[in-house]
Amino acid sequence: MTSTKIDLGPLVPRRRDMHPVPYDPEYKTSVPRSPRWSLLSMESTPSEETGPRFGHSVLGPLDNNLILNWSKDGTGAIGERVLMHGRVMDEFGRPVPNTLIEIWQANAGGRYRHVKDTYFAPLDPNFGGCGRTITDDEGRYQFLTVRPGAYPWPNRGNDWRPMHIHISVFGHSFGQRLITQMYFEGDPLIDRCPIAATIKSRSQLDRLVAPLDLSMSRPLDYLAYKFDIVLRGRRQSMFENKLEGM
Amino acid sequence: MVQSLDTLIETPSQTGGPYVHIGCIPTFAGLGAVYPEDLGLRAIEDGAKGEIITLTGEVVDGTGWAFRDALLESWQPDAAGKFAGQVGADPKVNGFARFAADKDTGLWSLRTVKPGRVITRDGRLQAPHISLWIAARGINIGLHTRVYFDDEENESDPLLLRIEQRNRVPTLIAKKTAPGHYRFDIHLQGPLETVFLDI
Ligand SMILES: [Fe+2]
Repeated sequence: MTSTKIDLGPLVPRRRDMHPVPYDPEYKTSVPRSPRWSLLSMESTPSEETGPRFGHSVLGPLDNNLILNWSKDGTGAIGERVLMHGRVMDEFGRPVPNTLIEIWQANAGGRYRHVKDTYFAPLDPNFGGCGRTITDDEGRYQFLTVRPGAYPWPNRGNDWRPMHIHISVFGHSFGQRLITQMYFEGDPLIDRCPIAATIKSRSQLDRLVAPLDLSMSRPLDYLAYKFDIVLRGRRQSMFENKLEGM
Repeated sequence: MVQSLDTLIETPSQTGGPYVHIGCIPTFAGLGAVYPEDLGLRAIEDGAKGEIITLTGEVVDGTGWAFRDALLESWQPDAAGKFAGQVGADPKVNGFARFAADKDTGLWSLRTVKPGRVITRDGRLQAPHISLWIAARGINIGLHTRVYFDDEENESDPLLLRIEQRNRVPTLIAKKTAPGHYRFDIHLQGPLETVFLDI
């Protein structure tokens, strides 16, 4: 069956060599938590090609402002003020509009607001550490936050996480689901981090390092870092079978 | 030389880490009401058509430990096989849910509607299933799998048919434990290792 129209086809298979290895003895928790047997590959079906959509109605006005969204008295969080911004697109360079992005991070001292985090650095009473937004029609997003501190973690004897912001993106297909981390240009801990090092392709790891972007920084207010995100694409050709209702 | 391809490469994954709950289900994580409620709190609303079911299980690591920090997401169609957003889909079925392993027991549970069958691009009928995605510390790229049901016709399902080692098929099939209740444990390693998907 062919169609004269260009239809959305299956998801492009993931290039697993462009992702972290699941099993890496230098990141100890991955040892018991990585599947040993091969993944089962199959062409995507509607279960993977569809996905949840979230409207702007779920968002509150401060959801993408981590400096203010947990501030009890309106003074804002302590730390270096940072605008994190970028675009979400697919492997074909098409923008991914109206998709939910969630972020979470430690405060400026490197401490998470979590019962399991017992690091000496104090909690900031005005900082929660999570935010969310939805990309605009061109796939763009922005968060205002503080630069998270580096922090030590129990792995090898003396491991420290580089400054990083965790990012979760939905895309439009459940098969596009992605969690990743953004690092900051110039941080010497990136090359010493066993979690960053689970990505064996240097050029791929570089893509998680956000450059300082003075063009978007606001004088006397905040610095900016740019972080673009590429999600899996869906093949488009005139030779895909048409799906009912898709 | 040849023309250059102008396709991009997908952004690499990284682990969600130990505090993935802060970002995804902050109320559960103890952050209070930063949002009115956590996203994906309910797969269905009152009045969803079809058989209401509860799935329960553990996520078990290679040592046999049901770990406590797993975050799971599910995605499924309604009882008629329509996904949220498609024409004629049941408006009471969100299809998406987020849930976490209990921090004391490691058990998770999902209350939803039994999904309908969905056809593949090449016209084959799939057995009813729920897609699952698992993120946690130590998981460097989120794990996709599917939940099928032991009281459905699974024999001709295109995905299950692709599993060469037939003894692994049951790792994708939830077992009915009582009317409306199913058990589905996820094993990351070992002889019972769940079939994970690259799809
Ligand atoms: Fe972190």
